[in-house]
Amino acid sequence: MALQSLDIQRRSATTTPAPQARETTEIAKLIDVSACIGCKACQAACMEWNDVRDEVGNCTGVYDNPVDLTENSWTVMRFAEVEENGKLEWLIRKDGCMHCEDPGCLKACPSPGAIIQYSNGIVDFHQENCIGCGYCVTGCPFNVPRISKKDNKAYKCTLCSDRVAVGQAPACAKVCPTGAIQFGSKADMKDYADKRITDLKSRGYQQAGLYDPQGVGGTHVMYVLHHADRPQLYNNLPADPSISPTVALWKGVAKPLAMAALGLTALGSLFHYVMKGPNEVSKELEDEMERQAEAETEGERENAR
Amino acid sequence: MTNHWVDIKNADLVLVMGGNAAEAHPCGFKWVIEAKKERGAKLVVVDPRFTRSAAVSDFYAPIRAGADIAFLGGVINYLLANDKIHHDYVKAYTNAAFLIDPGYGFADGLFAGYNEDKRSYDKATWKYQMGEDGYARVDDTLQDPNCVFQLMKKHYARYTPDVVSSVTGTPQDAFLKVCEMIASTAAPDRTMTICYALGWTQHSVGSQNIRTMAMIQLLLGNMGMAGGGINALRGHANVQGITDQCLYSEVLPGYLSAPTDADVDRATYLEKRTPKALRPNQMNFGQNFPKWHTSLMKSWYGNAASADNDYRYEWLPKKDAAYDVLAMFERMHQGKMNGFFCQGFNPLASVSHKAKVTAALGKLKYLVVIDPLDTDTSEFWKGHGEFHEADPAQIQTEVFRLPANCFAEDVGTFTNSSRVIQWHWKAADGPGQSLMDRQILGRLFVKVRELYAKEGGKLPEPVLNLSWPYRIPTEPSAEELAMEISGKAISDVFDPKDATKVLAKGGDQLPGFALLRDDGSTASGNWIYCGMWSQAGNLTARRDPSDPTGLGQSLNWGFAWPANRRILYNRASCDPSGKPWDPKRAVIKWSGTAWGGNDVPDMRLDAKPEEGVMPFIMTGEGVARLFAPAMVEGPFPEHYEPFETPLDNNPMHPDNPKAVSNPAARVYKGDMEVFGKASEFPYVATTYRLVEHFHYWTKQAKINAILQPEQFVEIGEELAREKGIRNGDRVKVQSNRGVIKAVAVVTKRIKALQVAGKTVHTVGIPIHWGFKGVTKPGYLANTLTPFVGDANSQTPEFKAFLVNIEKA
Repeated sequence: MALQSLDIQRRSATTTPAPQARETTEIAKLIDVSACIGCKACQAACMEWNDVRDEVGNCTGVYDNPVDLTENSWTVMRFAEVEENGKLEWLIRKDGCMHCEDPGCLKACPSPGAIIQYSNGIVDFHQENCIGCGYCVTGCPFNVPRISKKDNKAYKCTLCSDRVAVGQAPACAKVCPTGAIQFGSKADMKDYADKRITDLKSRGYQQAGLYDPQGVGGTHVMYVLHHADRPQLYNNLPADPSISPTVALWKGVAKPLAMAALGLTALGSLFHYVMKGPNEVSKELEDEMERQAEAETEGERENAR
Repeated sequence: MTNHWVDIKNADLVLVMGGNAAEAHPCGFKWVIEAKKERGAKLVVVDPRFTRSAAVSDFYAPIRAGADIAFLGGVINYLLANDKIHHDYVKAYTNAAFLIDPGYGFADGLFAGYNEDKRSYDKATWKYQMGEDGYARVDDTLQDPNCVFQLMKKHYARYTPDVVSSVTGTPQDAFLKVCEMIASTAAPDRTMTICYALGWTQHSVGSQNIRTMAMIQLLLGNMGMAGGGINALRGHANVQGITDQCLYSEVLPGYLSAPTDADVDRATYLEKRTPKALRPNQMNFGQNFPKWHTSLMKSWYGNAASADNDYRYEWLPKKDAAYDVLAMFERMHQGKMNGFFCQGFNPLASVSHKAKVTAALGKLKYLVVIDPLDTDTSEFWKGHGEFHEADPAQIQTEVFRLPANCFAEDVGTFTNSSRVIQWHWKAADGPGQSLMDRQILGRLFVKVRELYAKEGGKLPEPVLNLSWPYRIPTEPSAEELAMEISGKAISDVFDPKDATKVLAKGGDQLPGFALLRDDGSTASGNWIYCGMWSQAGNLTARRDPSDPTGLGQSLNWGFAWPANRRILYNRASCDPSGKPWDPKRAVIKWSGTAWGGNDVPDMRLDAKPEEGVMPFIMTGEGVARLFAPAMVEGPFPEHYEPFETPLDNNPMHPDNPKAVSNPAARVYKGDMEVFGKASEFPYVATTYRLVEHFHYWTKQAKINAILQPEQFVEIGEELAREKGIRNGDRVKVQSNRGVIKAVAVVTKRIKALQVAGKTVHTVGIPIHWGFKGVTKPGYLANTLTPFVGDANSQTPEFKAFLVNIEKA
C-alpha cells in the first residue's frame, strides 16, 4: 500500500537514492511475551483493520488458529507448552513480520518497488509491483511472507503502515487488552523493555531479555522474552537469524560486481540496468532460490500437519 | 464485586481461583497485569487446568474440580494454626466473638438439625445466644468454646495440609506455597484480591465456595480495603444489571425477597423481612426495607397504590414453590407449563442436561424467542444431524421468533461487574424488521392490556393499573425507564429531624435512597439504583476519568450502586478509631467531625468512631459473619463431593453415606437416578469458556469462528496414553446423560492428580459450539452435564461431573 506521507528509504531492485530531507523517528512494536494472555484480540483486529478473512479452519489439537500465517492471516499466536524441572510454562508468542532493519525479503526481491522500507523502519509489500516469484519467502529468516493462490502476490503484516503514517498505533497494539503489545519510537520501546526485564528478573527469570536480533540489523518488532537465552522455546523463534547466504551472495557480492562492471557506463543506463538487473541474475542463483522456496513451502506443509 | 475493576491494580496479591480472568475477562484482566507491572504484585492461579491466566502467573497450583472448599478450608486452618490473621480486624469487624447456641454442633459431616427425608436443616440451633438486653452475647476474649472463633477453629482443624492434599489432589508443597502467599496479606498494609466467576458458582456447593473465600478475606482484614474484596467477575456486559433488576422470580428488584404464600398480608411480609439490630448502636440498614418496598409498589402501581389499600400488596404474585431456572424446566418437563418467553436466553445450551431441556421445551404449547440471533433454542424442534436429534412431527410446540436488536443497536445502560451503571449510546440501526426489546415488550403489554380491558380475566387489576406513563406507550424510552427505576418524590419529602425542611420537592428526581419513604411520598423502581438519575441529570452518562489520588476511584465516571460507592464496606479500611489501616491506600477516614475521603463512605457520615457503629451496615450485627446461618447447608462451609464424584465416599466423612454430596441440595426425582457412577464414568469433567468465544453467541460470528473454529476437548498426556488417543484424534465423550464427539487436544496443562489414594484424570470441555452458527457444527456441551444446582442459588453444576472418553 503506497503511502507517500512516509519516506521510502529502500526499494527492492532499485538504486535510486532515498529522500533524506525529512527526519523520521525509528519506530518499533514491542511484544511483551510475559504479559501476553494469548487472547488473539490482535488477530481479530488485524483481520478487521486490513479487511482480511481466512477460512474457518479446523482444530488440529492445539489452540493455534489459524494454524499458520497465510495471505489472509498476517499475525497468529503460537502456543508452546514447555516443561522443565517439573515447572510448566505456556509460552505464547505473537508471530508475524519482524520488520528487519536489514530485510532479507527486500534484498531478495527482483521486482522493482514490490518491497519497500520506510525511513521509520517499516518494511512493506506493494502488491501492484509483486510478480509472485516467492523470493521474499526464501529471503526471510523468519518464514513470514505468504503468496496468495488467488492473485499470486505476496502478503504479510504491514505494521499498519497506513495507521502509523497518520500517527496511529498498529491495530494490534491498539486493541491489546493487557498492554502486551506496545508501540512507539524504538528508543522508547527499548527503555520500556528494560523495565519489564528488571521486573522479570525480580520474579526469577534470570535470563529475561530483549529480542532485537543483530543478524538482521535489529528489528522493528521486538520481543521481551522470559528466556532470552533460548528464543527457540517460543515455537522456534530463531536464536540468531540472518539473511540466507544465497541472498547475501546475490546482493552482497554479485550485485556490487555487476555494479563495478558497469561503472563506466552512463548513469542513465546504469539505472536502467539495475532496474532490470535482478531479472538477469545468473540462472544458477535463480534455480537455487527456487529450490529453497519449494523446500520451505514443503516444510510449512509438514509443520501444518 | 465488592471492589471494582480498576481497584485490582491496588492489590499486592491477586488470586484467580474459580475463574479464568485472562480468558473470560481479558479486558478487565489488564488491571491484574497493571498490579504486577506497577506494584510488583504477585498472581496466583489455582485451577484444574493450567489456563491462559496461569500462563502469566507467578505461581500455579492444580486442584481437582469440585474440591475448592477443601482447599480453602485448609487455608483457614493454616491461617489460624499459624496465627496469620489480622487480629484487630477480626475482633472488631466480624462475629468471631459472638456466642452460638450450645445446641449447635457438627458431627460426621452433618450440622445439627438435619432432616434426611426433606434434605434440609432445621436451623433452630444455628443462632446467637441472646442476652437479657435483647442483643447477641459476645466474648471479646474469643475464648468461650461456643464463640464463633473457637467453633470455626475447631471446624477447620480437620483440614490439615495432608487432608487437603489428599482431597484436592493439589501437591502439598504447592498448597503450602499458596497458603504462605495468602497469609502474607494479613499485614494491615498488604491486600489480596480474589477474582472468581462460574468456576465457583456452578457447583452444588457454589455459594459456600465463595463464602469460604469471604471468611479468608475477613480473617486477613482484606474486606473494605483498596486492592481487596471478594470480586465476582460477571460473564456478560449487563448480567450484573439483570441480577440487580431481578429478572428472575426469587427476588424483587434490588434484592428484596419476593413474597410467598406464607406472607398473607403486607404487615406479615414486611415484619418478616425487616431485621432487628443484634448489637447496640448499629445502623442495621435493612430496617429500611419497608421504605424500599413501598417505593417499589408506588413505582409499579402509581396512584392506585396507597396506604389505605396496603399499597396493593395483594396484586403481587406470591410464590407457592421454587421458580428458579432448574425448577422452571422441571415444571416444564412435567408438562405443567403452557408457554415460555425466552428473551436473550438460550436455555437449550445454557441450562444443564440438554436431553431434559429438549424434552421439556417439546411439552410447551408455545415458545417465544426474543433474540438478535437464530439461537439453538429457537430450533430445538428441528433435527440437525448427529448434533441435535429432533423430529418435528412429534413436537407440537409453536415457536415464535421475534427478532430483537443487539445492545449496540439500542440506547440504555449496562451495569458492569464493578456495579458501575454506564449509559451507552446507539451505534447503528438494527437490521431488517428487528425491534428494540422495549418496543417488543411495549407492544405486547399494550395489546395484553387491551385484551384484559375488553375481556376481563381472572385478575385484571394488576395489568390494568400498572403504571405505564410513557410518552409512546408501545415504546417506553430508555431515558423514561432509567428515571423511573432511579425514582422520584411524588409529594414533598421532609427531613425527619425537621418537619419544616423539604429535602425533595414533589415531582423531583431523588438524589438517593436515603430519601425513600414508606408513606407513599416516593417512588423508585429499584432502591439500589436510586440516585443514578437525579435532579442533576443522568449520572450514568458521566465520563470523567479524573482520579486525583491515583487510587483508581473515578467517582464521576458513571454511577455505582449503592450511592455511587466504589468500594463496599469501606469503613473497614480504617481501624476502629477511624484511621486507615494502610495510609498509602486510604479509601476514607474520620476527619474528627465526619467521614470522608476517596469514596462515598459506607457509614453514617457523622457516626463518631467511639459510638462503635460497625462497618457491615447491612447486617443486624454491624459486623461480618464468619458464622452464617442463612446458608441452607450449614453456617460453616464444609467440603462435600460433587453429585458425580470419582470417589466412593466423601474422604472428609468416609463412613457417612448421607454426607457424600451436599446434603441440602435439591435433587428432583429422576435426576438422582441419572447421576453417573465412577465405575462406568471414571473421569472428572469440567466445562469452561475460551477467550476466542463468548458463550453460544460468537459461534455465529465469522472472526471468532476463524479464531477457534471447531469443538475440542482437552485431556492430559497420561490419560491420552492410557486410552491410545493422539493429539488431533476425534474422540467420544460420554456421561450418563448423553454423548458428544470432538477433537482431542492432548496437553501438558492438565495433569493426573492423586486423590484419596487414587489417580484422577480430568477431561476439559469448552462449551462454545453448537448446531447453529458459522463455526464447524458441534454438540452442545450441556448434553453431558447434570440437572442439579447449588443448594442456595440453584446454579447448575456445570463444573464437576463424570464422563468416559474413548477414540471415536
